[in-house]
Amino acid sequence: MKTSARPKEGLFLGLTFGLIVVLGTVFFFKKWLPDLASDRVEIDHLFYTILIMTGIVFILVQGITGYFIWRYSDPTPERAVYLSHSRSLEITWTTVTALLMLALGVWGLSLWKNVTTGNAPSKALAVEITGQQFQWNIRYPGPDSKFGRVDPHLISDDNALGLDPKDKASKDDVVVQDDLYLVVNRPAIVTLRSKDVIHSFFLPNFRVKQDAVPGMSIDTWFTPTKIGDYEIACAQFCGLGHYTMRGMVHVLSQEQFDQKMKELGHVSYQHHLLTLKGE
Amino acid sequence: MLEVQGAHAVHHELGFFRKYVWSLDHKVIGIQYLITSFIVALVAGALAMLIRLNLAWPAHVWPLLGKIFPHAMEGGVMKPEFYASLFTMHGTLMVFFFLSIALVGGFGNYLIPLQIGARDMAFPFLNALSYWTVLVGILVMFASFFAPTGAAAAGWVSYPPLSALKDAIPGSQIGQTYWIVGMVFFIASFTMGGLNFVTTILNLRAKGMTFTRLPLTTWTIFVVSILGILAFPALTAGSIMLLFDRHFGTSFFLPAGLYMSGQVQPHEGGSPLLWQHLFWFLGHPEVYILMLPPMGFTSDILSTFTRKPIFGYIAMVASVLAIGALSFVVWGHHMFLSGMNPYLGMFFTLNTMIIAVPSAVKTFNWMATLWGGKIRFTVPMLFALGIISIFVTGGLSGIFLGSSPVDIHLHDTYFVIAHFHFVMAGAALFGVFAATTLWFPKMFGRMMNEPLGKIHFWFTFIAYYCVFFPMHYLGMNGMMRRLYDPTKYEYLRADQPINVFISISAFVLGAAQLVFMINFFWSMFKGKKAGNNPWEANGLEWTTTSPPSARQLGWARSGGVPMAL
Repeated sequence: MKTSARPKEGLFLGLTFGLIVVLGTVFFFKKWLPDLASDRVEIDHLFYTILIMTGIVFILVQGITGYFIWRYSDPTPERAVYLSHSRSLEITWTTVTALLMLALGVWGLSLWKNVTTGNAPSKALAVEITGQQFQWNIRYPGPDSKFGRVDPHLISDDNALGLDPKDKASKDDVVVQDDLYLVVNRPAIVTLRSKDVIHSFFLPNFRVKQDAVPGMSIDTWFTPTKIGDYEIACAQFCGLGHYTMRGMVHVLSQEQFDQKMKELGHVSYQHHLLTLKGE
Repeated sequence: MLEVQGAHAVHHELGFFRKYVWSLDHKVIGIQYLITSFIVALVAGALAMLIRLNLAWPAHVWPLLGKIFPHAMEGGVMKPEFYASLFTMHGTLMVFFFLSIALVGGFGNYLIPLQIGARDMAFPFLNALSYWTVLVGILVMFASFFAPTGAAAAGWVSYPPLSALKDAIPGSQIGQTYWIVGMVFFIASFTMGGLNFVTTILNLRAKGMTFTRLPLTTWTIFVVSILGILAFPALTAGSIMLLFDRHFGTSFFLPAGLYMSGQVQPHEGGSPLLWQHLFWFLGHPEVYILMLPPMGFTSDILSTFTRKPIFGYIAMVASVLAIGALSFVVWGHHMFLSGMNPYLGMFFTLNTMIIAVPSAVKTFNWMATLWGGKIRFTVPMLFALGIISIFVTGGLSGIFLGSSPVDIHLHDTYFVIAHFHFVMAGAALFGVFAATTLWFPKMFGRMMNEPLGKIHFWFTFIAYYCVFFPMHYLGMNGMMRRLYDPTKYEYLRADQPINVFISISAFVLGAAQLVFMINFFWSMFKGKKAGNNPWEANGLEWTTTSPPSARQLGWARSGGVPMAL
């Protein structure tokens, strides 16, 4: 048969593979990860290790494939090389790949175990965050360090979480919307809940993300390391206003934090009194 | 040797309806599947164009679109609920009703009997029934766009409670019910097809067509048929449970204390995570169902157009089997952050790392097949080479996501979108193009137009990278998926020019597909006549006429007794 092959085509396609490698690699040199503001630096280390490893494989595999495409783009009718298999070659590349993947897997496992199953230190700051369409309800336990009882049947416009006024522990609880205050260098243990659908609590600068699932209380803990204001995002599609479910994390010094809690507690107390009067 | 002996004796003319509509011929059914899938792809692709339009210019006024969609884009501005329906239906239609039915329904049907030397499928009636069943599913899915509250809008994964509570999002009114019914039809169809394929390959191979001689295309379709039979019923069960939660007051997926529309919902005792397990128990094998057939095509195409045998046939078969088996124990890597026990996450991380090994072996074997070859740059070969590049790119980004600690940052971001559009959607899409251009001459007895085919390849390949590669960077910066307006977030605002670049590339990608469609339908009637074996390929299907006669391979089974070649 007449083939339509033109040797130039192999050159073009080979070069295209090369271009993909060059452009793809160059752009990875820009720092894309948001500035880190927590202690989860090891996640970044693992990320960059995988980036370098996969980067090398990406360059080699795409590069060599591109080279072969150019090198063997030969429409002459001579016979191609006959090569059906090579046991030694196949065993080598299978073993090397398997070992590399296992090593990455095991590293990932130990880090995962530290991040997700370790116990937060006892001095950790406890915060409960409850997602709802489309806001984050952030609750602090107040001076008694105890979260009061909540009951969904008590939810109202004034009582977003359904705090039970009969429970003593709930009296000093501080509830705010969309503004999370944390203390620099003090571990924070966040308990995630949801009132309606699944949300996902995402702090891009902290390498923190955890789904908030109705019917479940899920803990995650980390330590903020830099004073400043950062964004909270919702990462799980939760309805029409998903894209507006934005909050802020304010990392403060301990003094600033105490001051803030006093203010909020006062507001909360006033609000509480008003609610009682209304009854 | 290959002449059709006694064709008149068995071949009696069928009317138009029995020949092209309610046909029991696997070749006609295969083509029915393929053309139907193309129509779905055009719709699903158009949805993607609208998604990209809004992502580049969120909430912009488009007066013309306001006229086309008077309700969903009132005043020319896309409503968030319409946007949610767009990405939900784009994913659902592309994954289940385009790629699955094109690759497995289309090429599986067309090729299996021809490649193994059988007269037809084991159960021709079941085969026709599977096509008409999936067609009902497609019509139900399409109909959902005309529901007063819009099509399903809870994402293609349809996580409850969002998909279960009718007030959670307008698409969860009747639209979600359409979605469930459509999915049940799809799964029923796929199960019929899978059963038929497995039986046919096990029992109807011509004498001498042993399992170590089976073309890799047939091998992959054999394995994915088994995956479908084993994995899909989980979602049938899940879908019906969701239907009950929505309409009959059960609480399979709904816990106590849900607060919605100003009141506590009357459910208790269910778990939203149960749905996620059931969905991904289907969902993960499903992505391999989309990936394995293109791997088979690539292997056979590389072998044909390098003029070499495939390197490491046995390793290829072993890899397909290993991927198939492992695909059942990796579903949890979609759920690292779902609240599932973190120790379970460790199990899924390790399995995910291991499944990369057989995938890598396949890539190395393809490279070794290229080595020392005499490459002919036909259109199917170009697409097969494209598959290698796209599959490698997507496979590597999977290592980031499979590593659970790194997934904490990347989960539900555009990094994931980039990953699966390369490894699964891209490889599968290029697989459809490679296979269509390769087997078109066999199907219709005519060649597809080559210059048009090459224009289509180059625009598709380059635009594909321009669309999906930059999404890695967006994801690293933390841009969430399913986001109506990324500019609401300060940290994402600087990325907006990338979104504009991606959208413009996506429009080029979309336009290039029209070239393919025109080429396909034009060549069907006007293409250059093809001989029996225009590619000088091996494989039984190339030993018969193009298109194959009613007796198929003249020498194949006769009255149930296999005849030697």
